[in-house]
Parts: sequence; C-alpha cells; structure tokens
Amino acid sequence: MVLKRFFGIFSMLFRRRKLIKLGFYGPVNAGKSSLANRISKDFTGEETFNVSKIPHETREIQIKEKVRVKKGNKELDFNLIDTPGIATRIDYTDFLKHGLSAKESKERAKEATQGVIEAIKWLENVDCVLIVLDSTENPYNQVNITIVGNLAARKIPVLIIANKVDLKKSKIKKIESAFPQYKVVGVSALNGKGMDNFYEELFKLVR
Amino acid sequence: MKRGITIQFIPHKEISSLNSDNKIKRILKIVKENKIVILEGKLRPDEEARLIEITMKQIDRKFKGIEIASLEESVSFDFIYRIKSNLAKMLLGDKFGLSIIGPASLVKEIKKDPSKIELMMNK
Repeated sequence: MVLKRFFGIFSMLFRRRKLIKLGFYGPVNAGKSSLANRISKDFTGEETFNVSKIPHETREIQIKEKVRVKKGNKELDFNLIDTPGIATRIDYTDFLKHGLSAKESKERAKEATQGVIEAIKWLENVDCVLIVLDSTENPYNQVNITIVGNLAARKIPVLIIANKVDLKKSKIKKIESAFPQYKVVGVSALNGKGMDNFYEELFKLVR
Repeated sequence: MKRGITIQFIPHKEISSLNSDNKIKRILKIVKENKIVILEGKLRPDEEARLIEITMKQIDRKFKGIEIASLEESVSFDFIYRIKSNLAKMLLGDKFGLSIIGPASLVKEIKKDPSKIELMMNK
C-alpha cells in the first residue's frame, strides 16, 4: 500500500507530459502568427512571432515550445508551430507596393518561395492543425482546399479558424459552407474575441 | 497589337498513365508557355501540394507562379445523392471534376464561388 502510493507520487513527479505539435496553416496574411501570439501571450505572457501587414512576413517555420494551455481544470502542453503562408504565386513587385526596395523585395520573394516549400514539408511533423483563414476573404481558394485535402489524407485533426471577426466584412457562414465537414471557430486574434470558445474547441480537437 | 489567350485542354487519358511528377511537369510546361490549362479531372491533394512545391522552385523573374482552381461537386447531406456521387467517384476516380491552371502573369485571380469559376485576367 505504502509502496503503491510511493510509486504513484514518483510517477506523478516524473511523468513526461505529452507535447502536442500544433501547426498553424493557411494562406498568406490570414493571421496565423497573430493567433499564435495571442495563445502565447494568454499563457506565457509573451508574444513570440513577428507580425506585419506586408505579405510573407513569416518565411521560416517558427516554434514556441512548451506552451501550457489551461481551460477550467484541463491543461495541455503545446509546441506552437507557425508556418509561412502557402501561396501559388509570388511576385517580388508586390512587395515594392509596400515600400520595400527592389533588393529587399527580391530577397523577400526568394525567401517566401522557400517558406512555402518548408510549410508543405512540415505537414509530416504536426499532430493537429489550425487552419487560419481570413473571414473577410473568399474561402473557396484552391490553397485552402489543398491544405484541407492533404491534412484529411494524413488523418490529422483539423480545426478551422475564421479570423478577423472584428471586421465588418467578416463572413463566418461562408467558411462554414465551404468546409461543412469541419468545425469552424470565429475569433479575432487582434482583440481576443472568441478565444474562450476557441480554447474549448482546441481541447475537443486533441481529446 | 492584339494579344490572344491560348487555352489548352488536357484530357484525362493523356496524363492518367503518368506518375505525379511527370503529370506536374507536363502541366507546368504548358503553363510556362503562357497558356491556360483545362485539365479533365482533378489532381490528388498530394499532387496539388507537389505542384505548389515545384512551382515555388521554378519562380524567377519571368515566371511568377500559377493560379489554380478545381471544380467538383459541393458536399451534399442528401444520403441517396451522396451514395450516387461516391459511386460515380469510385468508377471515375480522379477523372471526376475539372481543373484550371494558368500562369500568374496572365491570370490575376481565379474566383470560385463554389460552382462557377471566374478568371480575372491581368491587363
């Protein structure tokens, strides 16, 4: 009896918590890094990922390790894996419009193409995925369909995030009708709207 | 000077015997000739991801990438209809549906919503 209790306490102290590799996927400028930052800030107090209005700000996989997410009496440890936005076209002249020099634009375009390749390769390394979509944009985009199709083929659990619900043009219903087989959660990574519901759905996803 | 657009149709039988990389090579070769490809059928999700990967590797000053859209039936919750649709998919395989792939320099955007496709062209 005493021995059993001893081993119980021992295993509680030294039990390794399972780390869930949570991937943030989606098209460019949908708010993947902003959402990852929101989660990171909610539970560690710090923002880790760079955010910018200039497309392809995230051009490499970025990981925030061991973020303990708590909801009620439940808690889980995540590695937040922020991936570059997936695109089918990259034109360096688009960056010139955002005030970058020709040299900077070409460099950014080159890095962005590498980033897309890296993001696709990382589909092999995630346990579950948040597909972050801009809810003001048309969801019937082939990039979104390709991401969803690849995750479904690998049987990776997916939660679709309709981000930017703080904006007037936001249409969650349209995303729900585009992906009726998935749970869609509306959030604003910017002001935190919908995050409580999001954490609840996140726990259901990894259950 | 008048500028025309060439649309090239690829029937399913023309690429069905090719492996994924050769299929993608064939599509990209035509797209890089500044033509719009209409493909009978759909690429598999892994082939679409591979198409994006290979496209990214080939982007340079001249080639800015692609625009792609596939059309297939929307998901229906009608049980009988779903059985019929799944049966058709089983028989036809990836011949089911239609894909449009164009060069980004020519096609600004392909809008899909969800049963019609609009091609927005660059000026």
